[in-house]
Amino acid sequence: MEHFDLTLVDWSRAQFALTALYHWIFVPITLGTSFIIAIMETIYVKTGQEIWKRITKFWMTLFGINFAIGVATGIILEFEFGTNWSNYSWFVGDIFGAPLAIEGIMAFFMESTFIAIMFFGWDKVSKKFHLTSSWLVAIGSNLSALWILVANAWMQNPVGMEFNPDTARNEMVDFWQVLFSPTAVNKFLHVITSAYTYSALFVIGISAWYLLKKKNLALAKRSMVVASTFGLITSLFMVMTGDESAREVYKVQPMKFAAMEGLYYGETNAPLVAIGIFENAPTPQDPKAKEWAAKIEIPNLLSYMAALDPHAFVPGIHDLVHGNKEQGIVSYYDKIARGKTAIQALAEYKAAKKAGDREKTAASLATFKENYKDFGYGYYDDPHDLIPNVPLTFYSFHTMVGLGTLFVLIFIFTLIYSVKDKIVDKRWLLYIALWSIPMGFLAQEAGWMVAEFGRQPWVVQDYMPTLTAVSNIDHTSVMITVLLFTITFTVLLIAEIKIMLKQINGFNDGGH
Amino acid sequence: MFENLSYLALQEYWWAIVSLLGSLLVFLLFVQGGQTLLYTLGKTDSEVKVLANSLGRKWEFTFTTLVTFGGAAFASFPLFYATSFGGAYWVWIIILFAFIIQAVSYEYRSKASNWLGTKTYDTFLYINGLLGTLLLGTAVATFFTGSQFLVNDMNQSFWQSPFKGLELAFNLGRYATYINLSLGLGVFFLARVLAILYFMNNVDNDAILERARKKLLPNAALFLVFFLFFLVNILVISGFNYDPVSGAVNMEPFKYLHNLLAMPVVLIILLIGVVMVLLGIFRAAFAYEKCGRRAIWLAGAGTVLTVFALFLTAGYNHTAFYPSVYDLQSSLTIQNASSSFYTLVAMSYVSLMIPFVAAYIWYAWRSLNKKRITVKEMEEDSHAY
Repeated sequence: MEHFDLTLVDWSRAQFALTALYHWIFVPITLGTSFIIAIMETIYVKTGQEIWKRITKFWMTLFGINFAIGVATGIILEFEFGTNWSNYSWFVGDIFGAPLAIEGIMAFFMESTFIAIMFFGWDKVSKKFHLTSSWLVAIGSNLSALWILVANAWMQNPVGMEFNPDTARNEMVDFWQVLFSPTAVNKFLHVITSAYTYSALFVIGISAWYLLKKKNLALAKRSMVVASTFGLITSLFMVMTGDESAREVYKVQPMKFAAMEGLYYGETNAPLVAIGIFENAPTPQDPKAKEWAAKIEIPNLLSYMAALDPHAFVPGIHDLVHGNKEQGIVSYYDKIARGKTAIQALAEYKAAKKAGDREKTAASLATFKENYKDFGYGYYDDPHDLIPNVPLTFYSFHTMVGLGTLFVLIFIFTLIYSVKDKIVDKRWLLYIALWSIPMGFLAQEAGWMVAEFGRQPWVVQDYMPTLTAVSNIDHTSVMITVLLFTITFTVLLIAEIKIMLKQINGFNDGGH
Repeated sequence: MFENLSYLALQEYWWAIVSLLGSLLVFLLFVQGGQTLLYTLGKTDSEVKVLANSLGRKWEFTFTTLVTFGGAAFASFPLFYATSFGGAYWVWIIILFAFIIQAVSYEYRSKASNWLGTKTYDTFLYINGLLGTLLLGTAVATFFTGSQFLVNDMNQSFWQSPFKGLELAFNLGRYATYINLSLGLGVFFLARVLAILYFMNNVDNDAILERARKKLLPNAALFLVFFLFFLVNILVISGFNYDPVSGAVNMEPFKYLHNLLAMPVVLIILLIGVVMVLLGIFRAAFAYEKCGRRAIWLAGAGTVLTVFALFLTAGYNHTAFYPSVYDLQSSLTIQNASSSFYTLVAMSYVSLMIPFVAAYIWYAWRSLNKKRITVKEMEEDSHAY
């Protein structure tokens, strides 16, 4: 393996993970509450009832507090691609940069322009213009999510591009394929519906707290109805899109899928481990090690979930590493060999072109193209380096799925009891609703951990390993900035929570 | 439509778009300039609150323009994005840090239980105002003076200074550093001048406006000193010329002066821009009662034109817009640093939305600016910062 500064790689990953995880504390709340606020304001405009205006303004205040720190933690992410992942920025910038620019032009300006009207325009513009602005803030923030998720999906499933050996980068050849790849569509829908779900939990959680304290009942009861309805609808979509996303992972990232399910050895009629605790991971030295200390399985469900066929073969980690001729799976050993051939051919192509040797140029280019689809594997010698952290991916995935299912149930109950106006009496449910806020946060972060840890060691699936993507800087600089961002973001988070709690505690809906 | 353009025409189109975003950003830095004047122009809590709220309704435009500038640079000139951000690491990290702490400061500064206290958030705003303008100006000056990096045949870039960009502002043994800093300081004082003109337009408070008028000329004088130092220097220094066929880069005496003479339209834009900025300042200073409130638009438009012309001078007429003084042939040009033809075409269609975006920003701005901000409004507004 070529020499890489693995300390730099680890710290660069740590910085990105830190900033992304912090950013994602706030973004889902922005994505969903913007719609919930727009719905509430619509009710106000339709009914003319002042209580709905007060409710709208209350949630808008919390939205503003959250939005500010979301913006603060977001700016670093865009520029981090350049500061910490400059090799990546060139290798795929031709494709990845476009969605980021479109995000800025199309979404960020819409969001930032109309948010000013939303906060400061109450007495300056007409009711309808104000309402339109609130909806445009919601649409703008969700559009911004679309483009960055398209970019992320492309990294998981790179399509619509060709490698240009002269510029040594991937170049876009089909914009629509990038935008509408099944991975992009599923990722966008799953992420935004999960964000809406989390936002609904945020609203019902705070409303539940008011109901437990027997204060602001008018606000709490009304908010509970709106958020429960919104949450139930969006969480059902979240489950559907999650199911589709998993199937997409099975098709394009089989190693990630195997890690998500803790599947070391592939099988037909594969059962789904619904709940499981690892004992030992099988290794080349001990391939039959006892994998599970305890597990609850559902027969055939994994095969069905992956391929919509209860008898389908689902490849495990071992099949991918060592290959499985029967199932037509090429081993990582072979892919590594092809990758090395591709890397060598690219170097020869460059040298031959410089020397003006046309014959060798053509020959090395042909060899390169033949092997390019396994290009990234060539940076490794040991296929076991191509396996992600299985327990982390498995536990994150199962935490996300388990909590997601629980949220659907919570919304059903909160909606039923809210509509019957019996929610105040169901204190057990109110406590669960209150605790669903941190649970929602946990599920959100777990989802991203599945997506990002599960695809390691790739930054662009099969083409670019994480270790080749980093900037050529010293790891000390990155260590310092990790420390800087950790302190800064933690301080700002504490400030945000304190301000928000004060606002919640001090609010008075007018005594209805 | 865009498919029929040549690759070079698309590269030039995108350099113009990036330049336009950069020049709009410099105008919108009046928010940063204003942040450094909060306690100079505001002497009571309510006056500071008026000023903070006046800026607080615009800060997101600046922020968003910066983000879009970064996104557009990434999409259209990814090798510049990779080289500059990944190389001048510390300069960009400090700039980003300054914007991170700004983003929460307006919203949190006067909220109950804000933990750090109003003064801390106002200090964050000051830091953002100082570092944001100074370092962005310094970074842009390197388009003319060059940086130390190497790009290999796989288009991977390697910054050659261990100070990772800090040398651009602190290596006082190199004359170019003074040129860099002069633009940085020029942008800093220009942002303060524009902020004063903006307050004249947006704030309705006699005490604040009286102080603003007093601070206008000293800041304008300092801006002129630093800006003219920068302008004269880039007109006389050797610049980075490249051969459009071979791509070879060579030093050309008076390159930027030659560029302006070779592109008279750009020269005219520059001259009109400078005159408009000066006229805006002059009218606010000496004809305040008559046209002081509108001076921001004159000086603002002049700023956009001036900076736009400077960007075009740095990138057009076979000029390496991001030159390397370590290895001349590693210098970046709009031809060797750009995205592919296909991507530029796709992006160009997206750029057609820009006039529409500008129109709704203008409409929203006007809707909010119908009335000037007063102390009374701050007392009544439930969402005042």
